[in-house]
Amino acid sequence: MNGIPFAHEHKLCLCHTCGYACQEAAERCPRCDSPVHRRKPNSISRTWAYLIAALIFYIPANVLPVMYTSLLGNSSQNTIMSGVIEFVESGSWDIAVLIFVASVVVPCVKFLVLGMLLITCQRRSRWAMRERARLYRFIELIGYWSMLDVLVVALVASLVQFRELSTIEPRIGILFFGLVVVMTMLAAMSFDPRLIWDAEVEDV
Amino acid sequence: MSTVHPTTDTPDLIICEHCDSLYEAHPLKPGEAAFCLRCRSLLGRGHRLSIEQLLALTIAAAMFFIFANIFPVISISMKGLTNEVTLWESVEALAQGRITIIALVAGLAIIFAPLLQITLLLWVLLHANSGIIAPGFKACMRALEHLRPWSMLEVCMLGILVAIIKLAGMLDVHPGVGLWAMAMLMVLILLIANKSIRRLWDELGVPAE
Repeated sequence: MNGIPFAHEHKLCLCHTCGYACQEAAERCPRCDSPVHRRKPNSISRTWAYLIAALIFYIPANVLPVMYTSLLGNSSQNTIMSGVIEFVESGSWDIAVLIFVASVVVPCVKFLVLGMLLITCQRRSRWAMRERARLYRFIELIGYWSMLDVLVVALVASLVQFRELSTIEPRIGILFFGLVVVMTMLAAMSFDPRLIWDAEVEDV
Repeated sequence: MSTVHPTTDTPDLIICEHCDSLYEAHPLKPGEAAFCLRCRSLLGRGHRLSIEQLLALTIAAAMFFIFANIFPVISISMKGLTNEVTLWESVEALAQGRITIIALVAGLAIIFAPLLQITLLLWVLLHANSGIIAPGFKACMRALEHLRPWSMLEVCMLGILVAIIKLAGMLDVHPGVGLWAMAMLMVLILLIANKSIRRLWDELGVPAE
């Protein structure tokens, strides 16, 4: 990967908001006035903080019910997993898989990948840099699909409102789940992928 | 397919946002894309749409946004009773007691972020179409950058479809006019509100002080 110059070798740094190549000494982008930094400030500790917050919220998100259903006198409360299992039992494999991927696989993959990226960057590892860069772009891309469950609960709860006959209401679990999604999104945003490549340079 | 080569000392420079590599910018033809040689991330794409076409699509998106929000997206019926829901009502359903905060997130994701994106784009593009830098251009462009990750119409669209299938088992479910408008709006937002709007900085020649 030699031969391609790094921007900081030419005393330049990128404005993340408009893509302008600013002088490294600049505090604000001369073109769009956003603050510019050579690296996102406190990237590693901020990402850890958001990630740990997300992990903590992930527990109540899975344990507490997300939805209360009362259908013709039968009432029940569903957590995220019991909702998935209900779909499997009723034979809708496709929807069950979709919800399972969006609400369980995606957040867990984000936890694992971000944790791995943070640890390898802190150790200044030069292992599989290109693949790690690709993994980061991948979790940035998939991150917000976890909001699916929140929106489904919102739609279903607002539709099924037939007083005594049947009602569906959101429950506190969905709040924690939404916060998990927001926290993991913030974590991915505050991680600076350029830290992966800093291991190539000695003096940073 | 990389048309960008590393270099030194030229005015038009591109820095890869994922690995800080420095490149000289080359104009790209429509359909072409440039990728970073170090980390393989996307550096830029050739634009297929002119400013005028972008403006037209933004106006169309504004129309679809209105339709998607005033007409119900789903209606259901059960034992003679019917009920229908708009996007706003579904957000309101989350605003109950302790969990209200999640209604704000959902409202931002499916109503306010797209609304602001369309409004800001209309303002910026209406001026750009006649070659003028809109008043407040910098603030508008910065806001568009920060809104992009929070606009989740694709997820909302999938959510509506899942909700339809989920309820279809126990009730009669009918897709509403809002659903079709939503589908069109989702496609248009993907076309107009992506990263390539940054081209306006160069095409309008916004000066760097």
